[in-house]
This record gives sequence, C-alpha cells and structure tokens, in this order.
Amino acid sequence: MSYVRPKFRHPELPKNKLGYTIDYYEGTLSTLCAGCGHDSISAAIIQGCYEMNIEPHRLAKLSGIGCSSKTPAYFLSNSHGFNSVHGRMPSVATGANMANRDLIYFGVSGDGDTASIGMGQFVHAIRRNLNMVYIVMNNGCYGLTKGQDSATADAGSKNKTGQVNLFESIDLASLAIELGATYVAQSFSGDKAQLVPLIKAAMKHPGFAFINVISPCVTFNNNVGSTKSYDHVRQHVEATATMDFVPEMQEITTSYGEGSTKQVKMHDGSYISLHKLSEDWDPLDRQSAMNAVLNAKAKNEILTGLLYVDPQTEDLHHLLQTSDKPLNTLTKEELCPGSEALKDINAGLR
Amino acid sequence: MPQKLKKKPVKKAAKKPAKKVAKKAARKVTKKIAKKAPVKVVKKAPLKVVKKAVESKVNNFVIRFANVNGTGSASANFLFTKSIFRMGIPVTPKNIFPSNIQGLPTWYEVRVSEKGYLGRREGIDMMVAVNPQSMLKDVMSVRPGGYFLYDSSKPLHSQFLRDDINYIGIPLMEMCNAAYTDARQRQLFKNIVYVGALIALFDIEFSVVEGLLAEQFKGKEKLIPSNVKALTLGMDYVKANFKYPLDIRVERRDLVKDWIMMEGNAACGLGAVYAGATFAAWYPITPSTSVVEGFADFASEYRVDKATGKKNVAIVQAEDELAAIGMVIGANWNGARSFTATSGPGLSLMNEFLGLAYFAEIPAVLVDVQRTGPSTGMPTRTQQSDVLEAAYASHGDTKQVLLFPSTPKECFELTADSFDLAESLQTPVIVMTDLDLGMNDHMTPPLVWDDKRQYKRGKVLDAAALEKIEKFGRYLDVDKDGITYRTIPGTHPSKGSFFTRGTSRDEFAVYTEDSDAYQRNMDRLTRKWNTAKKMVPAPQLYQKSNRSSDGILFFGTSQYAAEEAMDILNRQGKPVDAIRIKSFPFNKTVEDFIASHKRVFVIEQNRDAQMKTLLMVELQVNPAKLISVLNYNGLPITADNILNQMAQNTSGSPKLKKA
Repeated sequence: MSYVRPKFRHPELPKNKLGYTIDYYEGTLSTLCAGCGHDSISAAIIQGCYEMNIEPHRLAKLSGIGCSSKTPAYFLSNSHGFNSVHGRMPSVATGANMANRDLIYFGVSGDGDTASIGMGQFVHAIRRNLNMVYIVMNNGCYGLTKGQDSATADAGSKNKTGQVNLFESIDLASLAIELGATYVAQSFSGDKAQLVPLIKAAMKHPGFAFINVISPCVTFNNNVGSTKSYDHVRQHVEATATMDFVPEMQEITTSYGEGSTKQVKMHDGSYISLHKLSEDWDPLDRQSAMNAVLNAKAKNEILTGLLYVDPQTEDLHHLLQTSDKPLNTLTKEELCPGSEALKDINAGLR
Repeated sequence: MPQKLKKKPVKKAAKKPAKKVAKKAARKVTKKIAKKAPVKVVKKAPLKVVKKAVESKVNNFVIRFANVNGTGSASANFLFTKSIFRMGIPVTPKNIFPSNIQGLPTWYEVRVSEKGYLGRREGIDMMVAVNPQSMLKDVMSVRPGGYFLYDSSKPLHSQFLRDDINYIGIPLMEMCNAAYTDARQRQLFKNIVYVGALIALFDIEFSVVEGLLAEQFKGKEKLIPSNVKALTLGMDYVKANFKYPLDIRVERRDLVKDWIMMEGNAACGLGAVYAGATFAAWYPITPSTSVVEGFADFASEYRVDKATGKKNVAIVQAEDELAAIGMVIGANWNGARSFTATSGPGLSLMNEFLGLAYFAEIPAVLVDVQRTGPSTGMPTRTQQSDVLEAAYASHGDTKQVLLFPSTPKECFELTADSFDLAESLQTPVIVMTDLDLGMNDHMTPPLVWDDKRQYKRGKVLDAAALEKIEKFGRYLDVDKDGITYRTIPGTHPSKGSFFTRGTSRDEFAVYTEDSDAYQRNMDRLTRKWNTAKKMVPAPQLYQKSNRSSDGILFFGTSQYAAEEAMDILNRQGKPVDAIRIKSFPFNKTVEDFIASHKRVFVIEQNRDAQMKTLLMVELQVNPAKLISVLNYNGLPITADNILNQMAQNTSGSPKLKKA
C-alpha cells in the first residue's frame, strides 16, 4: 500500500466553486506499491477535477485490467466507475458515451491494456474521435503479473532481472497523432505541475484526448538500465513548453517573462496557454507535432507537454448526428413508432 | 393486401400453332446430343408420360431455381414467389446460397403448399436450371416425373439426359440477345424471361405479376415496360411451344389471409426499434448482418427528426465483435437500451464480455443468427448449433437467458421482449434465431403492437428514490428475488455511485476476496436465475391434455417441419403430443411435459443434440427417455426427415455415418 491516509482534514481546506473541498474528489485507499507513479497520476486527476469544479456524478471513470486500471477506485468515489475487461475499456466507454453525451468520460489504461491486448480498441476509439479523456499510465512492464516486458518497453531496456528487451517499442503518443487523435499529450507522473493542466484541458477537449504518462513501476522496472525508471525519465525528459489551462471567462493574470507564448482557444471559450514554446513547433499542426516527437526520440529524449491539439474538432455524436438530448433520457413516446405505423409496415409486406 | 383478381382464362389457347417450333426445338436438342437417353421435350404431346400422379399437384409442389450468384436472379425469383403469395396460396422460399459475391452456384427453392406447410420439403418437382456449373447435380435432383427447364440456346449434353423427367427447353440467351442490346440487360432479363415462362406453365395470374412490378418500380416507372416485355417473351414462347399449364400449377385460393411475408432479421431489427433501443453496435457477419441493417432502415424512417435531421439512435460499426458487445454493455450500463447481432464466430468472441455482463449484472441484448459451424463451417447455411455455447457463454459459472423465436412475428415480439427481460433481470438475453429464419422470407401473421405497453426498465433507482435510501447497496437483495437495484451514472450528486467490476465484491459493490461474500453473491445469482424461470416466455403446448405416451419437443425453425410431421401422424391415426420451447431457463411446463411422457423425441438442427444435453443437465432427465431427431446438413429440416428418424426409434445418441 502506498500510504495510510489520515482521516483528519484541515477544517479550513479551501473550497472550489461548487463548495467542495479536495477530499470530496478522493477515492478509496490505494493498494498499489508505495511510490508507484500511478498514485501520483491519481492525485493529479483529483487536483484537476477539484480545480475544474467537476460534479463528480457527471463524470464516469472507466478502465480495463492491470495496475493502472485499478486506479479509478482511488479517485472520485462519488463518480460511477467501470472496471471492465482487459484491453476493452475503449468499447465500454464508446457505448457509455453514446448513451449519454452529457457526462465526462475518463478512461484509464496501462501499457499492456492499451498497447497489447487493447490495441485494436484503442486505435478505433481514436478513429471515431470519441469524446473522452484517455490516460495511459505507462511503465513499460506488466506489474500485476510480476514484471514482464510490455510493448512500450524500449528495445535495449533492461528489466529487473537484467534481461534486455529485444523488441522495438510502440510509441503511443506518435501513434495517436498518426491516427488522428485530436488532443495528444505526454507527461511524467513525477511532474504534477505539467500533468494537472494537461488533464484539465483534456476534460474540456471536445473529442478524443490522449495523455501518455510515463509512470515508473517502483517494484519491477525502476532499475539501472531501464528506460522507464525514475532516474532515466528525469534525465531524459524534455518539456515542450510550460502550460496553463485557463477555464472559460477567467481573466488571464499570470505573466511570463521570456520566450514565446501561444494561446489555444478551445471550443467553449477556454484557453490553453503555452509558454517558452520552441519556434520550430506548432501544436496546432499535426505534421509539425509529429516531427517534434520523432526528433526528440532521435535524440533519446522524452518529449512532454501538449504535443498536438485540434481545438475545434467534432466528436462521434456530431458525426453520427445524434440528438442533442442524451439517448438514455428518451422516452417510449419519442422512440416507439406505435401500432399505426406497424399497420403500414404490415401492408408493405403483403 | 391480396388483390382480388379474377382468374384468367388461358387454358384453351393451348392448341395453336408453334408445332413447328416445338419440333424444331426438339430436333435441336436430340440432334446434337448422344443418341441414347431420348430427351423428353415437353411439347403439345401428353405430359404425363412419365409418372403416375399420386397427389394433386395443384398448389402442391417444389420448384428450385439454379442460378449463378450476382446475376440478378434474386429479385426475379422473389417476383415469382410473391405472385403466388398474392394469389392467396401458402408459399415458402429458401435461399441456398454460397459464401461468395459473384459467379458461384446459388439456389432458390420455393415450396407451394395448399395445406399451408411452411417447412422445406425434399424432392424437386421443377428445376429451373440456368447455371451450367451445377447442371449435372441439378438435373439429378429432379423427382421422377418432374420438370427440367433449361436454356436451350445451346443443346443439352447427353450427360444431362434422363428418361424419367420432362425437359422444357427455352432459348433464354438467344431470346435476350435478340431483344436487348445492353450486355447487363441481356443477363438480367434472362431471369425475367423464365419467370414469364413459369407464369404460363403454372397458370400464374399475369395481372398479379404486373401489379408487383408496378410496386417494385414505383418512381422508376420507365423500367416497367422492358420487364413486361421480358415476361411476355417467356410467356409467348411457352404458349407457342408447349402444352400449358402443367399438372403442377397454381390456383387462386384465400389461404394467406392477412399474413405478411418477411425475413426474420428485419423483424428482429424492427422489434428493437419498437422496444426503444437507442444504440446498436455490431460487426458484419453473415447471416446476422441484415438485423442491424434492418434496424438502421427502420430507424432512418422512425427515429429521425425531420426538421433537424438529428437522430434518436446511434449505430456504430465496431472493429470486431469484442468491441461490439463491449459497446452494448457500456451503453446499457449507462441506461440506454442497446443491442448487437452476430453469428457463431462472433458469439465465441463475445464470450468474455458476456461473462462480465452476467457477473457485473448489466443488461444486454444479443441476436445470434446461427449458421453452420464449427469454426467458419458453412457460413451461408443454417443450423441450431450455438445452443450450448450461448447457454453457458463465458468462463466460470455462467448461465445466459435464451429466447427461441420460430417465425418473423416471434422475431419481432421476442426481440422486443428481450429488452424488457434484460433490464428486468439485469443480465444478457440472447435471441437465438438462425439463417433460415433470418435470411429467408417467411409467411407470418401480421405484426402487432399494443400501444399501452410500457417498457419494463427493471429496478433502477432515480434521484428521488435514492434520496429516500439511507445507504445504497448495489448488490443488496432487498426483494429476495435475487434481483438488486441499480443506478445509472449521473443520477444523483452524492448517492448511488458505485464501482462496476468483473471482480468479486460485496453487497455494496466494494471489492472483496472474502470467500463467504463471494459465495453469497454466486448464490444470489442462482436465486435470480430461478426468478428468471418465471419471467421468460412460456413454451407452446400443442394439447390441453396428453393424448399419447410419446411427445415431441422442438424449438426455433424446426417448428414448421415438426408441425407438418404431427399433422401427418395425426392423419395416420398416430398422434403425438408436442411442446415448443421458447426460452431458457426451462420452466416447470417443460419439466412436466417430459415427465408425463414415456418417450420424448427432441428435434433439433445440430449434430451433438445440444438441446437434449441442456435438458438433461438442467432438468436431470434420464437420457434414455430423450430420443434425438437431428438434422445438421446445413439445410432446413424437413417433415419426412423427422418422420423417418422417429420411425427408426433408435437410441438417443446421434448416429455417426460411416465415412
């Protein structure tokens, strides 16, 4: 277990606009290993939802199977959750989203759950531009079955027993960009300052928002020679830019001294502000984003931050032209053609 | 609606010219083929040379069309079937088609039955042979005394000649080449020309066919004259060259009443529309594809806001069957009625998710249009061979609710019912149809819908109900029927949220590995299963009280053949009792029926006697009591087959044919 959380809360914990303190967004006690990167990501999700004034019951959290997929139990106890089957979270999320377009769908997966068994569903959820947040807690190994290499383990990376991974890794962020994901970010579980705004913006994004988070496995993949260890990641992280997410109608007050700043306007009027942006990279341009990721990879760097966004994109509901009213609220009167129509249908079949 | 048309007086026209043409045709055939096996070309000469008539062949025959797929024969053949239907005569068409798009043999078999027998029947009274590839098999399959209609543009090879059948040669290709210039038209109208010939040979009312053409080409009226021209070509050729009508022919009756003709798959799709399904996810697979396509068609009519174009439905073609059922489960979890349709291979893939839905107690509706397995098997042939796989779908202790429709009307009704059942029981419901039911047109009573009917959404707590509850327990058996209360995401700000999972959990949906809690939950699921027995559709009993120590038991599309067999046994003074199973779990009536008979013949369309197995396992029936009547060659079962197997009265185990 990571930690024992004290029940005591400061009586004057700040409240968000809904009047909730941050503990209202917490979940049950984590059963992951102490120091697991995933717990930091859970904490970032809690922080993001608190800051975004999310009504927990208006968010549904979904996952597959694996260490990462356990985490939805560890945040947002007041949200409905669905821990589905291995690699199949995207399909469950798709159905749930189709049923009610008004909720936020928050999917959590791991590198085994996404890059191996769930690859088919992952890529097709991207193709459909399903309106959801999809976080991969990526540690390059199978934790629950005790440390086997996953498909995101880098070729040449050593595991705990000293074995070298022979196979090319699957780079989920560049894959997502390639497939047409409309929001692609990469981060590190140890960089909460970057992760929280990325999550906040992802929740506001009106299509498929993908965040690949390198999240070291302290038990099975934190050794020397592993490219997913804390030390290795810290040494090789290269942030694209500092980022803020500015919700709708809020005045931009922070000022930054040096470097260029870009503000990306979201569909609902909120902003993503990117500071110290590199000049040869435009996060609104897919090709440019792809180049940036590939260049970083060539230099053995892990590029983090918001890599690509298409803020005006349209999701699956728009493409299918479904009613504005959530499908799960429609009544018999709106759905059943009735006996008179059936008479016509019968007549047409004689 | 059946048109009230007067019978056309045609018969006397029979003795006019064309003697020469007929002779010429005869010469043409006999000359160019081997001398032995004299060809019986049907001309003015007496027709009944070959076979003594046993039974009247008026409104009582089987015709098979041997076509090449992708040549437009389907619509012509359906035109033939529908004309007979419109003349008030019971008719059953069956497609026997290849897993292919173009160029392979395909057959269309039509049984015309004054007695109203809607099952398949062995023995072909007329073969319309327009496919050279299959011609040898086709000619051999005609009953002695039957007819072989072929394209006489080229002479028949001697190997196709039998002396116990009648040959009707019509130069289809020659006639179409002369009448049409466009290559595609030449091919398409060959089909219409033979339909024209059949109109004359069978004495079909021409005005009925004309009426059907007018309906078919509504809005494209320009196409009607060329079709009528092709029909007339065929009719005129018969009138000029052959004695007509034949002994096998039709006469107008009023036996169809207000019945309709429909495919089971379309009826399932329509049932889902009426039941308020708002989401369908699917992966294309024969023979289930037209279920969702049917749903989409009806939805585009009844679920689109005419002003905005917005739809009260969403349909997603998934990347595979795993995703399709996953989406359905996600949507049902989130409170939208949702379904998928698949066939055997898809059902295998869906097993994992079906176990999740069973254990996590999420409603789901699945239409399984069964085809011939195992593996890819014969994907375009029929079978009832998914029974066991569906009943126990998924690993661990799982049981699934099954419904067995027999007719398109029942496809409509049971699909609609399946949504009520799935939500009431919070579990998957699998509607078990098959290719025969799904992809063939069937005569069926008109569909009915009671406007007062309300959707049964089951035990779902809304915000107001949650307010009154102190502590919500998702898996608390409050009513002691095994069915617990659920909530839909987004209902209440602070109450009712829970974590749905495929892992064991306690009554409050909290993860647990406690043995007692696990077993309590499994026992509650058994309690729910017992509740289901009272909720699923009751079987159909064919008698008020037993008349025989023998009973027959059947389900699904075996109904037609089984009822025909019963009718024949009745007339022979050897009546048997009968029961038709409509659902699984079995209820008390099924148990009592078996208990109250000495022998029960279990009729099913698979090799391994799957329904018998299910009865044995679930009801602890003595296996010796259940005698299997099996049909598993991919073709719909026939009454003769049933009667033969019953007569053999062999042991219950399926006999293996020697290789």
